[in-house]
Amino acid sequence: MPAQTIKSRPVYGTLSPQAGKSHLFVADAEGGSAILDLARQAPEGFFGAAHIMFIPGRTGDSLLAALKALKPAQYYEGPSIAAAIPRLKQTLATAHMGLRIYLSGTEGLIGQAMQAALESGIDHTSIQTEHRGSLARRVQCVHCKGITEDVTTQPATCAHCGLLLLVRDHYSRRIAAFQGVCINAEDPTEIPQKEEMFR
Amino acid sequence: MSTGTTKLNVTVTEVVAVNELVKRFHFERTDGGDLPTFSGGAHVVVEMRDDGRTRLNPYSLMSSPLNTRDYTISVRRDDVGRGGSLFMHNRVRRGTEMVISYPVNLFSLDLRAKKHLMIAGGIGITPFMAQTSQLAAEGGNFELHYTCRTPALGTYTDVLAQRYGRRVQLYYDDRNEKLPLERLLASQPLGTHLYICGPAGMIRWVRETAAAQGWPDETVHYEHFAAPQPGAPFDVTLAVSGNQIRVGEQQSLLKAIEAAGVDPPYLCRGGVCGQCETNVISHDGVFRHNDHWLSEEDHCSGKKIMPCVSRFEGSSLVLER
Repeated sequence: MPAQTIKSRPVYGTLSPQAGKSHLFVADAEGGSAILDLARQAPEGFFGAAHIMFIPGRTGDSLLAALKALKPAQYYEGPSIAAAIPRLKQTLATAHMGLRIYLSGTEGLIGQAMQAALESGIDHTSIQTEHRGSLARRVQCVHCKGITEDVTTQPATCAHCGLLLLVRDHYSRRIAAFQGVCINAEDPTEIPQKEEMFR
Repeated sequence: MSTGTTKLNVTVTEVVAVNELVKRFHFERTDGGDLPTFSGGAHVVVEMRDDGRTRLNPYSLMSSPLNTRDYTISVRRDDVGRGGSLFMHNRVRRGTEMVISYPVNLFSLDLRAKKHLMIAGGIGITPFMAQTSQLAAEGGNFELHYTCRTPALGTYTDVLAQRYGRRVQLYYDDRNEKLPLERLLASQPLGTHLYICGPAGMIRWVRETAAAQGWPDETVHYEHFAAPQPGAPFDVTLAVSGNQIRVGEQQSLLKAIEAAGVDPPYLCRGGVCGQCETNVISHDGVFRHNDHWLSEEDHCSGKKIMPCVSRFEGSSLVLER
């Protein structure tokens, strides 16, 4: 689990069943197994009022049967986080108080689903989160504001403006991204070695 | 010493009998000029000089936060209370000069909410008078549900119905009208925040129902100023200042500490704000906790007490004051 280094760096917990009238799970890849682990301690009938949105990613077919076997009231499987977000927003727009939200998987998934939840008026502290799988980061370049997905190296190249960025732990919930700042602004000819840091 | 609260010298400009039990008081600055700005849900602590005794009672500001020419409070007469409301009702007149604290808000709106659902019981309506004015001015989305004993005792029901129409729902006990709480909470859109002000039993009922329905704690706001309860006198040692004090039957522990010349911080004097939280060094006896500040765990630990409203029964109590 990522440790807290500076105040804005998110810290994640372990999913646990909350009191509520309905339950919304959004997970990607290994995050699916966090739902299965929660299911072991969930009360009888819990998933009868649950909606699972799952993006299998690198886990392929391995978790699908087990997730469906929980018999959630609604089950959605999507090809990517980007494809799932409009559906998530639609679900939140018509939901009522009493809905509990559980996010598990990569930081990118947790961050973007939380961003949608925050926009619908949910406090981030009332959302259950659990980090599983890749530590790849979503990074916003402070210079061009472009967002680069799945950043695993330090430094990283901005996919929009091409600057070489120092990926900081400074995180924004509002834009669901870590901050990237040009690492060689003083001397652009100085090119530090890239290291794989966020796998 | 009240933390960070500079005092305001004010003059009562109007006293209005709202109904059989409630009077409204208007305050303006004695030296003229505007009063400090405040937000809906704020209260002031009113100092009452009652024949040598000083009473300090918190009252919610009920005037519009957009108006800083005067502050208004509404006081419900409590014939069996400690006497603060009787003092306000019987002794305060137009022209009376008084001292009040700067406004402090321990019950503010969370403006990130998509909707504000307010539940008031009786005189608990006062903070909502200010909050609804604030929200209405900004086009905010709110709904107020207000339970009263009878139409005659329904303080400001007429004003609210006229201002906000169907956004206000009234329930009268004498007509056996009940707030349909379960249904009301279950039908709220995501992003709603809940605000409760009224009798302790109502606050408990609404909080418990909301928690059972899965409303996160962050979305549930409530305010209930506890009045210090009288009780058997008890002795206290103040370790830091080296005082031995006795807390009288009708006196709060905070008052007794102040009477010994020690000045602990305070704000609300009603067990809500947490300012006067005091460490217990040792004790032999039982605490009577009456505050809404400390956690259940703190109450059981025997290590903390809120001297504004809580008492002690036993042979010795040593406080870090």
